[in-house]
Amino acid sequence: MDDRLTIAGREFGSRLIMGTGGATGLLELERALVAAGTEMTTVSMRRTDTSGGTGVLDLLRRLGIEVLPNTAGSRTAAEAVLTARLAREALQTNWVKLEVVADDDTLLPDPVELLDAAEQLVADGFVVLAYTNDDPVLATRLEGLGCAAVMPLGSPIGTGLGIRNPHNIELIVARAGVPVILDAGVGTASDAALAMELGCDAVLLATAVTRANEPARMARAMRSAVQAGWDARLAGRIPRRFWAQASSPDRDGANG
Amino acid sequence: MKVRINGMERELPEGATVAEALLACGAPESGVAVAVDGAVVPKARWAEVVLRPTNTVELLTAVQGG
Repeated sequence: MDDRLTIAGREFGSRLIMGTGGATGLLELERALVAAGTEMTTVSMRRTDTSGGTGVLDLLRRLGIEVLPNTAGSRTAAEAVLTARLAREALQTNWVKLEVVADDDTLLPDPVELLDAAEQLVADGFVVLAYTNDDPVLATRLEGLGCAAVMPLGSPIGTGLGIRNPHNIELIVARAGVPVILDAGVGTASDAALAMELGCDAVLLATAVTRANEPARMARAMRSAVQAGWDARLAGRIPRRFWAQASSPDRDGANG
Repeated sequence: MKVRINGMERELPEGATVAEALLACGAPESGVAVAVDGAVVPKARWAEVVLRPTNTVELLTAVQGG
């Protein structure tokens, strides 16, 4: 299997996509992005007079990191489609991380609005990476509409609860013909490693790094974890056994 | 005339274009997108699209976000 991640024909050397959300300063963000080794990162679209964070584009350009605009804050397909079109204008990219959430408490994707928006954006020529629930049926539907990648959540955004339903992630992976990127819920390095061991093609995370006590160190941990999980997946884990099986030879010389 | 830009009423000269509105708001020259009444106005048309007092204008740019 190729070590490079390919999404819609574009290749990436890193399977860790680090978002920019939650960082307290640009210098800290820069250190974390560099430590993560990420080649693509998310940004959000907001009013120009919104305070803070607008220097992020210059930083990403300087670091040579691809920009992936998201539609965060959208509650309806119409809002998400408009935000994606504005992002395409502002950033000169037809890639979009489609995010349509249902409510503030869970920030869970609204499946009906999500499918509607995905259909419209694909028809409008966008490369759509869809943030979705950990629902294998929904993931299949999104792929069927022409999404370039599906991004199931491990657990709700910002909770750091890890992967609550690993079997669903495996089901999504088993049937997907497009890259599966675990998005949201990663709290620490072992969550990122597990995502890759389950067969995901990449991991997208932000606050697990940006809100850690030492963001750059956590970014480095995530980078290692993604690589470790990827290697473990390809290496092929041993089957789980109920009873012990000796790994040392018997006393009489037979192999254990 | 008064035009609603990013939720705030702003005084602009009669016949002001989108480009002039951006200038008046001190918006950065790159990395910005404009919607007038919910429809994107491409950059190539900023200098020719004339605003009316009934218009609602949104100026957006990229910020940090997951």
